[in-house]
Amino acid sequence: MKKILAVDDSASMRQMVAFTLKKAGYDVQQAKDGVEALDMAQNSRFDLVLSDVNMPNMDGISLIRNLRALPDYKYTPLLMLTTESGLEKKSEGKAAGATGWIVKPFNPDQLIATIGKVLR
Amino acid sequence: MKMDLSQFYQVFFEESFEGLDAMEAELLRLSNDTPDVESINTIFRAAHSIKGGSGTFGFEKIASFTHVVETYLDLVREGKRKLATEQVDLLLRSVDCLRDMLTALSQNQTMDESRAIALKAEFESLLDEPPTANSTETQQLAKPQGSKSSWYITFIPHREILLTGNEPLYMLQELAQLGEVEVVVNTQSLPALDLIDVESCYFSWQIELISDCSESQIKEIFEWVEDDCEINISRQGFQTKDTKTQVTALSSSQVKPADENTQFSIEPSEPTKSETEVDSHTKIRTDKQLAEPATKVQASPTQSTALVGDSLTTDKAKQTSQKIADASSIRVSIDKVDSLINMVGELVITQAMLMQLSESEFDNKVVKRMKQGLAQLEHNTRELQESVMRIRMLPISFVFNRFVRLVRDSSQKLGKKIELVLLGEQTELDKTVMEKISDPMVHLVRNSVDHGIESPQERMAAGKSEIGKITLNAYHQGGNIVIEIIDDGRGLSTEKIRQKAITNGLINATDELTDEQINLLIFEPGFSTAETVSDLSGRGVGMDVVKSNIQALNGAVDVESTPNQGTKFKVRLPLTLAILDGQLVRVGQHIYIIPLVNIIESLQINPTQVSNIGGQLDVLDLRGEYVPIVRLAEVFAHQSDSHSLNEGLLVVVEVDSGKAGIFVDDLLAQQQVVIKSLEANYCKVEGISGATILGDGTVSLIIDVVGLVKVAGIKNLGTGNITIAEHSTSCESL
Amino acid sequence: MIEEINKKLEQLNESASEDLNQYLSFFINDEEYAVDILRVQEIRCWEGATVIPNSPKYIKGVMNLRGTIVPVMDLRARLSIEERPYNAMTVVIVLKFYTVKDSAKISGIVVDAVADVHALKAQDIQPAPELACNVNAAFVKGLGRSEKGALILLEPDALLTIQ
Repeated sequence: MKKILAVDDSASMRQMVAFTLKKAGYDVQQAKDGVEALDMAQNSRFDLVLSDVNMPNMDGISLIRNLRALPDYKYTPLLMLTTESGLEKKSEGKAAGATGWIVKPFNPDQLIATIGKVLR
Repeated sequence: MKMDLSQFYQVFFEESFEGLDAMEAELLRLSNDTPDVESINTIFRAAHSIKGGSGTFGFEKIASFTHVVETYLDLVREGKRKLATEQVDLLLRSVDCLRDMLTALSQNQTMDESRAIALKAEFESLLDEPPTANSTETQQLAKPQGSKSSWYITFIPHREILLTGNEPLYMLQELAQLGEVEVVVNTQSLPALDLIDVESCYFSWQIELISDCSESQIKEIFEWVEDDCEINISRQGFQTKDTKTQVTALSSSQVKPADENTQFSIEPSEPTKSETEVDSHTKIRTDKQLAEPATKVQASPTQSTALVGDSLTTDKAKQTSQKIADASSIRVSIDKVDSLINMVGELVITQAMLMQLSESEFDNKVVKRMKQGLAQLEHNTRELQESVMRIRMLPISFVFNRFVRLVRDSSQKLGKKIELVLLGEQTELDKTVMEKISDPMVHLVRNSVDHGIESPQERMAAGKSEIGKITLNAYHQGGNIVIEIIDDGRGLSTEKIRQKAITNGLINATDELTDEQINLLIFEPGFSTAETVSDLSGRGVGMDVVKSNIQALNGAVDVESTPNQGTKFKVRLPLTLAILDGQLVRVGQHIYIIPLVNIIESLQINPTQVSNIGGQLDVLDLRGEYVPIVRLAEVFAHQSDSHSLNEGLLVVVEVDSGKAGIFVDDLLAQQQVVIKSLEANYCKVEGISGATILGDGTVSLIIDVVGLVKVAGIKNLGTGNITIAEHSTSCESL
Repeated sequence: MIEEINKKLEQLNESASEDLNQYLSFFINDEEYAVDILRVQEIRCWEGATVIPNSPKYIKGVMNLRGTIVPVMDLRARLSIEERPYNAMTVVIVLKFYTVKDSAKISGIVVDAVADVHALKAQDIQPAPELACNVNAAFVKGLGRSEKGALILLEPDALLTIQ
């Protein structure tokens, strides 16, 4: 089973993402900010990381930058959850090493389809 | 996949309310200090999360309103807009508005949108953008148009594309989903084997797609790699020229010409296992599905990179997240849970030890060890109980923080200058107590703002600083929490209170009362000294309600005041409502529990000190004070053993600043009891506050002394006028 | 007997089918009454209750149901049937009910003895004859039939809600 790490400081978003992905057959773990996510990612190997951008302690961009620098995550799809107003965040994210993005708001089907783009 | 998102609504509401609280708290901090980045970030994040969640869960009105708020905050964050008092005000009003909208939504009520629309307009004028510009972008894909046609796609990924986590292969597969594809892979730029960098992508592709899809559907597939590749989508065939030059450019500039012999001799010995033959132009035909080609580069990374967390936890960020909590669920820190687990572990050990002892033959030694074991068990149980209680404990800052806003708003309204000082914010108390103390505290604080603190002019005239000070202080004392509300205002006017009490018939003009006793009269029913009824307090609900609310929590309230120096309200509350120390009493065959906190003393009645008033009420002359006697058996319609007052015992309790005696047959043990709700499955019973389960498994009811006295029909205790309600027999000569 | 039915209850709760409803029946004055078995939480022997002061006559008091305080009602008194002393057959049936405010509560009813479990189809249930002045009409959901005769089906929500 493919392992996904879902990172968001909002519990409802996190739960929704995790629930959706679990239903789609992924093994999902959750982290509430970049610091927690980075720690989890170092202790366990994930096949994909899906992270919100705006988070306390360590934001999504920094998380992606840090993850990308890890040998284990050199090729791992790292996706960010952005809002439509965060267009410039996309390029910032790409520069940090993000694979792609999912635009909020999204529905469960869109989420699964997007994950499917990079995780098979 | 159809999914019911409503299961996440509750969490969304909870966290949104938390977010709003955090926003409010940070906004209020901003208005005092210079804006600091972390505060603005916190505010922004809260708005951002609410917007994201409401959009996802389909709460359009909230999403569109938060969108404007967020957009504005984003500009503030970037330093493009300022955040002065007016804007803070606007944001605070938005917080209120959002809170109301969310409340309406969570309770399935229709929400009033007009406020949001008005506020939105205010933001829009600040944003200087036409009101239409903020509608959320539609994410809908363009509808497939027309009949099938050919698309010619040239896809030349940059060498480093794999390092973004993207996989060209998947994109080709995705393209194949759109229709019929013919893929041509170009391996021209593949260098000699010894020069191959396994992390790079050397291939490029030309894809002919026969499909009825739109260009945007194709573009979407390559959306994430737009900047990591050359992509050309056209209906007019491949733009070969461009491709070629591009490829040449790549090979000439980045690939060093290798040994001529090794060039292109890679067929069988390609680094990744190759199943498909790769020559300079391999044709792969697919029908919706692509065979797994060998272009996937499997790299085994060897180099390790040191990791430096560039933005690590700041203490402040931690504090902010700690502040956040909610109403219907509790967040428990791990250490509290850990300590519980430890205790359960100890409990299990003790239990095992006792079990073992019970299996051995009983002799003195075993009995001694058994006793030790039981002592250990008692110790474990108590610790476990304390730990469980600790889980329900939250810092009082949850209540205190509400007052920052309240004081700010109401002082502005009254034209007063008030500084609010919070002390002991980390003092913990039970969540249920916290919920119930909030309203009485609001009343007390409003009272201080309204009546306590004088206007700046008045203060100056009195030689004080024009800024008044209200201090909220909390600390533990024994098994209680003490909350003080202190102001440095004008103090209570003892003379005015006295006059009013006389007018209202609470006391007689001839009564000799100390200032303290007079001050306590403000807690009597129907008392209000405000000369003008203001918007803030003095609107019917008086201090008597505050007092009875506090008493309902088994607490007490006191007041100290010094003219011209200020007033101090002291609220004392039990730390928890779950457990109380009780006195077991017996009436006939019934056992009741009286909370120890209410009991002043217990005594045997000397019948000569009892007088009967009008055949209705017995009063005991207790060291000069008349205490009405409430016969528990009579009030509860039970059969009593005691035929006369000297046969039973009198438990003297404190009721509303007065005293009453509860007459029972016998006093039994004193013990801690766990309070259980009677209302959960039954209904409220007058004179009973709850129930508990005794050691033998039977249920015993806990007496609510204030309620009991009410049921007994006795009014006006402790003020000299004891009345029996039904007959309104006033006994003024007492 | 009680254990048997409790066991039966557990199984029945799982296998409740859609068109067939199970009813637990019990006796009062040799009449057979019944309640929807899905409302029955458990059956207990009468072990006494703590009196609640100033409560209606039919409220026998409250009992401890594994740490929860549960009121107990005497069904004879509730239906204005003459009370009689409790004996070894007297049982308490613990029922779940919903008040007007939609909150679920539990309450016990004291009955003479438990009888049986019956399966009834919806079409087997007839409305009770309307008796304008009968105070108990609100408590009766309808009439069913058992081998022994009429089965009076009670409506727990109305029966157990205390005004």
